Amino acid sequence: MEDKNKFPVKKVLFICSKATLESVYACFIMANGARMEGIESEIFFTFFGLEAIQKNKLNDLHVATVGNPAMHMPTMIGGLPGMEALATKMMKSKMEKLDIPPIDEFLEIMSASGVKIWACKLAMEMFELKEEDLIDELDGVLTIGDFYERAAGEGTQIIFI
Amino acid sequence: MEKVYAGKTVSVDKDGYLTDLSQWNKEIAMEIAKEEGIVLTDKHFEVLAYLQDQQRKEVALSIRSIGKSGVVDIKQFYELFPKGPLKISSKMAGIPKPKSCI
Repeated sequence: MEDKNKFPVKKVLFICSKATLESVYACFIMANGARMEGIESEIFFTFFGLEAIQKNKLNDLHVATVGNPAMHMPTMIGGLPGMEALATKMMKSKMEKLDIPPIDEFLEIMSASGVKIWACKLAMEMFELKEEDLIDELDGVLTIGDFYERAAGEGTQIIFI
Repeated sequence: MEKVYAGKTVSVDKDGYLTDLSQWNKEIAMEIAKEEGIVLTDKHFEVLAYLQDQQRKEVALSIRSIGKSGVVDIKQFYELFPKGPLKISSKMAGIPKPKSCI
């Protein structure tokens, strides 16, 4: 029986604004997880988040080792050459064991699952990016106004990451 | 808990997933499908058979692994079982509710 007093989430729109591995994965897992529950799902990539859909950058995203207290290492050590790469390598191998796909494959899975992938127009102009710099799965380039239009309807949530 | 599907009493969990795969038959799958508004085709049954096979091998299912199965690609999987493919198909296949986040 459907509970009429419940207001189920029907659509989630994510704003992916950062390119650290941990924030991009948080975004992807939630966006993909929404589709798995039959919820509509879209991601708007803006600012540094655009790196996650740039063909030549998406597989080189790193975990932040500096300014991240959860790394439990002194900031100066986190800043040493190679530390970010090491932490990233460790995290990626852990993810593979949990069957979490790498970024490029994850984007393909999401696109096939019906997640809409949008790039922010203003951020693209700022970074002088062209559509051909971005992944083939891209659904289009949007202004923030276009984005809000897509959020119309009952049961929509917007999540900023 | 028990539930009657297609005239047969089967044991289910609180979400309606069969707890004993040996009680499953195609009629049960068709009745669960009807609840979800899906009419099952041969392709659906091919996917269900794959899921049951994986369950017997005790392999945890994910959208990713199903996409790589060669039985169905991800896009088609969503087309066959809209509104939450992994959960809905597992329910129809008579296997436990998936716990995967990916």
